[in-house]
Amino acid sequence: MNRIGKAFEHGKAFIGFLTAGDPSLEKTEEFALEMARAGCDLIEIGIPFSDPIAEGPVIQEADLRSLSAGTTTDGVFRMAADLRRKTDVPLVFMTYYNPVFSYGNEKFFANCRESGIDGIIVPDLPFEEKGEITEVAAKNGIQVISMIAPTSQERIRMIAKESEGFLYVVSSLGVTGVRTKIETDLSAILKIVRESTDTPAAVGFGISTPEQAEKIGRTADGVIVGSAIVKLIAKYGTNAGKYVYDYVKSMKDALKRI
Amino acid sequence: MAKGRYGEFGGQYVPETLMHELHRLEDAYEYYKKDPQFRKELHDLFCNYANRPSLLYYAEKMTKDLGGAKIYLKREDLNHTGSHKINNVLGQTLLAKKMGKTRIIAETGAGQHGVAAATGAALLDMECEVFMGVKDTERQALNVYRMELLGAKVHPVTTGTGTLKDAVNEAMRNWTTRVDDTAYVIGSVMGPHPYPMMVRDFQSIISKEAREQILKTEGKLPDAVLACVGGGSNAMGMFYNFIPDKEVKLIGCEAAGRGVNTAQTAATIATGKYGVFHGMKSYFCQNKYGQIAPVYSISAGLDYPGIGPEHAYLYETGRAQYVPITDDEAVDAFEYLARTEGIICAIESAHAVAYARKLAPTMRKDQSMIICLSGRGDKDVAAMARYRGRNVTE
Repeated sequence: MNRIGKAFEHGKAFIGFLTAGDPSLEKTEEFALEMARAGCDLIEIGIPFSDPIAEGPVIQEADLRSLSAGTTTDGVFRMAADLRRKTDVPLVFMTYYNPVFSYGNEKFFANCRESGIDGIIVPDLPFEEKGEITEVAAKNGIQVISMIAPTSQERIRMIAKESEGFLYVVSSLGVTGVRTKIETDLSAILKIVRESTDTPAAVGFGISTPEQAEKIGRTADGVIVGSAIVKLIAKYGTNAGKYVYDYVKSMKDALKRI
Repeated sequence: MAKGRYGEFGGQYVPETLMHELHRLEDAYEYYKKDPQFRKELHDLFCNYANRPSLLYYAEKMTKDLGGAKIYLKREDLNHTGSHKINNVLGQTLLAKKMGKTRIIAETGAGQHGVAAATGAALLDMECEVFMGVKDTERQALNVYRMELLGAKVHPVTTGTGTLKDAVNEAMRNWTTRVDDTAYVIGSVMGPHPYPMMVRDFQSIISKEAREQILKTEGKLPDAVLACVGGGSNAMGMFYNFIPDKEVKLIGCEAAGRGVNTAQTAATIATGKYGVFHGMKSYFCQNKYGQIAPVYSISAGLDYPGIGPEHAYLYETGRAQYVPITDDEAVDAFEYLARTEGIICAIESAHAVAYARKLAPTMRKDQSMIICLSGRGDKDVAAMARYRGRNVTE
């Protein structure tokens, strides 16, 4: 009964990310609902971490703002449960392994299930280390989203074959954040992915404009946008709701043109 | 034990972008460490450039003063660039060169590893960029200039707490943008596999020499071996060849800062808990929710919230013990060694000297111990003066 598959049933999927607790958990809930209303097919909720090594400056700063505001993992679970009562949009956590591990894997994934979370992305758990959570996640019906990078090469098949939910294809070398140009040969990566699995593949890192979304959406099953949304929240703070709505709508509209 | 693991500790907890490169590095290291040509070149660099073997010095005055075990100092402070860091840098930079890399990056706290990396890069014709917390660039302005003099570019890191852990974060981020031409020369026995193993191997020259030297002088093994521990590279190097000698006590001296009962500490074994960070499973200073704690020590080189995974394993299996040493104790030991033996050691190494002062009097005169004097103290003189209320500018 996992909802993630549904995200890919309405044409090309738009996947949006926001950092929980930036600027407050109440606002995160409000912004997430705006995103869903604007047509966002899946929402990634970042549980902030003090040292997010895969993130560029925009999300790093959001994590620090959120932690300084007092956000805790318990608080994020409560917010997610509230959000789930108000929307059926697929919800996926994105966080680093230490907050999960230190919370206790059993308790963390049981809470995910109870809060209506559908999946999890842990950037510092590559294929070789995902065994840390696969069993406990499966037991609780939480799908573990795997990542593929431009450097994955011979690893793509291995990762794709064991994938579930969707595959997060990293568009470029480096960390998250807005880029003017994406130079990776995504179609070559996606070709190998499709030969290896039926799991849908969404592309993220560096995407911010409707033009980029439309272009990437032609080859991928969806696009993932984080920093561009977090930037709006940083700029407009508690009033970011309508800007987030307009932005997500413009991105989903671009994908509908495909 | 599984590859890259020390019991439960170690592993490769890094983003997918780095995995291919880590496997390449592991393969290259496994190949070159057995390659006679590589071994010969590294040996030449050690002996003809870095000033190895380092002395095992009998600290007679200190021994007499403390009235117990005979005290030997393993003089890594006499190495070129002034610390043990050069051993690892020469190994990793030579390996990077063999792998066809043209650029190395490094993190640094106090600047000792950064200076060593800049030195290795200058010698082996590599581009070098060093990431250093903005607070550390201010505290260690002289080392920033030193690195620049050696041709390196220094990036002050303003994210997070602006200290060593943030420098590691930023170096890792930078590496993900340029894995093709860049080698990340990690300065300690930390990070994802194969780093903890590789850095340990390059540093194990310390205990290889020390073991031979003491057997020659004393005719028997020492009773205890002491070293300071931040990430733990000089300690791992000092311990490694003594691990099979069960009768030799291995003692790591952690930076307790203002005390293990305060928030201003960097003593990971004493105050941290099990976690996963910077690519490895080990012990880390962290809060209840797994957020990495800001740490503090007077010694920038020990100001790190984690410890290498092999140390975590040595601790958990009881093979090594780890003791906290406060700023006050370290500064006293820094001054004590200067007065007693005429040696100004790094404030990091002074943590080990401080514990020796407590331990030696409890031991018999026919026993002996070796302290790893990991670095020289020139870089710390001004800070020590300030600690004593004297305003000395460099």
